[in-house]
Amino acid sequence: MKQSMGVRLWRWTIISFVALYLLVPLYAMFDFSTKPFGFADKGRTFRAWTMIASQPDLLAAISRSLITAAIVMALILFMIVPTAIWVHLKLPVLRRPFELLCLLPLAIPAIVIVVGIAPLYRWISININESPITLAGVYSMLILPYTYRSLSAALDAVDIHTLAEAATTLGASISRVIFGIIMPTIKTGIVNGSFIAIALVLGEYTISNILNFKTFQVVIAQIGRQNGNVAVAVSLASLLFVIFLLLIIPTKKRQGAVLDVDIA
Amino acid sequence: MSSSAYVQLVDLVKHFGKVKALDGLTIDIAEGELVALLGPSGCGKTTALRALAGLQGLDRGQMIVDGKDVTFQSANKRGMGMVFQAYSLFPHMTARENVEYGLKLRANKITTDKRKARSGELLDLVGLSTHVNHYPYQLSGGQQQRIALARALAISPKVLLLDEPLSALDAKVRTQLREEIRRIQVELGTTTLFVTHDQEEALSIADRVGVMRNGVLEQIAAPAELYDRPNTAFVAEFVGLTNPIAGKVSSGTIEILGGVVKTLPGSITSGNGIALVRPESLDVVASKSGNATVFSASFLGATCRLSISLNDGTRVTAQLPSPDAAGLGAGAPVKVSLLDMPVFVKAAG
Ligand SMILES: Nc1ncnc2c1ncn2[C@@H]1O[C@H](COP(=O)(O)OP(=O)(O)O)[C@@H](O)[C@H]1O
Ligand SMILES: [Mg+2]
Repeated sequence: MKQSMGVRLWRWTIISFVALYLLVPLYAMFDFSTKPFGFADKGRTFRAWTMIASQPDLLAAISRSLITAAIVMALILFMIVPTAIWVHLKLPVLRRPFELLCLLPLAIPAIVIVVGIAPLYRWISININESPITLAGVYSMLILPYTYRSLSAALDAVDIHTLAEAATTLGASISRVIFGIIMPTIKTGIVNGSFIAIALVLGEYTISNILNFKTFQVVIAQIGRQNGNVAVAVSLASLLFVIFLLLIIPTKKRQGAVLDVDIA
Repeated sequence: MSSSAYVQLVDLVKHFGKVKALDGLTIDIAEGELVALLGPSGCGKTTALRALAGLQGLDRGQMIVDGKDVTFQSANKRGMGMVFQAYSLFPHMTARENVEYGLKLRANKITTDKRKARSGELLDLVGLSTHVNHYPYQLSGGQQQRIALARALAISPKVLLLDEPLSALDAKVRTQLREEIRRIQVELGTTTLFVTHDQEEALSIADRVGVMRNGVLEQIAAPAELYDRPNTAFVAEFVGLTNPIAGKVSSGTIEILGGVVKTLPGSITSGNGIALVRPESLDVVASKSGNATVFSASFLGATCRLSISLNDGTRVTAQLPSPDAAGLGAGAPVKVSLLDMPVFVKAAG
C-alpha cells in the first residue's frame, strides 16, 4: 500500500511537470496575444485575435499548407509505403542501402538542400507553375527519415512474408497483397509515420520561405514582422486547431475501413 | 500409380548457393490421398511444398496436377490451399473474413449468400462456429491453425499443403488437431501433402509416408510397411527405434543372438553387418543361463520397455507386452533372442 502511494505521488509529480512544461508556453502565448498594443488599448484586449480575420494572405496560406500536407500524405500512402513494403518483401538486399538513402535528408542541412534544388524549382515555376504540388515534392523527401523508420519498424514487427504468401496462395495479386493485406496490418506504423510527416510539413519554414512559397509558417513570420501580437494569436489558434484535429482523428475501426479500400 | 497419379512431382531440383535443397525429388500422389513428407530439419521438405504451391522457383523439374503442367503457373493462379507453420491469419480480419478472403477474390463466381454459407460450413467443420467474429489475437494457437485450415479449404483447393502446421502447438492440442485434420481430409476427400519432422505425426495421419533426406526421397510407403520393411538404413534408423546388433550375413539371412533371420531388400548381401532390430522384435525371457542382464525397466502401460546389457557389453532396448515382462526387474538374468521378423542390415563400420 505504502509503495503504491509513493508510486502514485511520483506519477502525479511527473504528470504535473510535463503538463506545466506544455501548458506554460501556451498560457504565455495567450497572455502576450491579449496584451494591449495600440495607444487606445487598456488592460486586456482581444484586438489581435479579431485582426486575424483581416490578414490578407492568411486563409490562402492555410489552405496552401493543408493542400501540401494532403499531397504529401497521398505520396506517403501510394508511393513510400508500397515502396517500403516492396523492399521488405522482395528486395531484402536493398534494405540497408534504402535505409541509408532515407537518412540523407537528416544528414544534409536544409539550407544545402534548398540551394541544391532551387534552380530546379526556378525552372519548374517558370515552365510549369507554382503550386503546392511542387513543394510537396521536396517535403516528401524531407520526411523520409522519420516516415521510413516508423514504417520499417512496423514491417519488422509482423511476419509479412507469411501473410503475403498466405494471401498469394488464396489468389491475391501483388497489389492486393500490398494494399489489402500488408497495409492494414501495419496501419499503426503508417499512421505514426504520417503524423510525424504532417507535423513536419505544417511546421516547415526555411525551405518554403527560400523557395518563395507563401505557406502558413511563412505568412505567420510576415505578420509577426508587422505585429507580434497578431502573429502569436495566429500561432496559438493554429496550435489549438491541430489539437482539435488530433482529437477527431478516426477511431481504430474507421481507420481500418479507410485503409481496407481495395485498389487492385 | 505412375501416369494416373493426381499430383506428379518429377525430378525437382533446387539449389540455394551450395546447398542442394532438392536434388531430384520425385513423388506421385493419388487423388484423395494424404501423403506425409517426413525428414530431418533441412532436408528440403518445405522447399518441396513451396515449389508445389508456386511460392518457390525451381532450377529444374516438372509438376503436374490433375493432368495439367503447373510448373510455370504463378502461385495465385494455382488454387493450392496452404497452411503454414507460423501463424498466418490476417490480423485485421475476423475469423469469418479470413475464411472468406479466398472466396472474395473469386467474387464474380460466388454470391455473397453462398460465400457466407460456405464459410459457415467450414468454420463448423473445424469446430469454431462459435468464434466467427473473433480476431486472430483473440484466438489460441490451435484455434488460429484451425481457422487457417478452414481458410485454405474454403477455395476447394486442388491440393491441400500443410507445412508443419502443428509444430507451434503444445503436445495435447497437437495430437487432437492432427486427428481432426485427418477426419476433415477424409470427409472432404482433399488430396493432401503434409510436411513434418515428427515421425509419430506422419505415421499416424498419412496414407503413405515419404521419407526425405538431403533433397531426395528415400522411401515412400504405407506407415506399417515403412516401419516393418525399411529400404534403407536411414529410413530404418529415422523411423522408430532400432538396436544395432552385429552379425554375419549370407544368402539373404543374418545370424544374430544365436538365431538366423531373413534380411530385407536393400541390405548388404554378405560379410559382417549390423542388423537394425526393432525393440518389439526382441524376445526376452528370464533365464539363469541367458546371454544378458536387465539394466532397467520402465512400465508404459500395455507394454514394458527394458534396457538390457548383452554379455558382450552391447546395450539394447526391448519392448514387450507388460504381462511377459513381469518379474524382469533391474539385474534379472535373461535370454534375449530374435522373433522371426526380417531385419534391415547395413554394412559394419
Ligand atoms: N530461401 C532460402 N535461401 C537459402 N537457403 C535456403 C532457403 N530456403 C531453404 N534453404 C536451405 O535449403 C535447405 C532445405 O530447406 P527446407 O526445405 O526449409 O528444409 P526443411 O523444411 O526440410 O527443414 C536448408 O539447408 C535450408 O537452409
Ligand atoms: Mg520446414
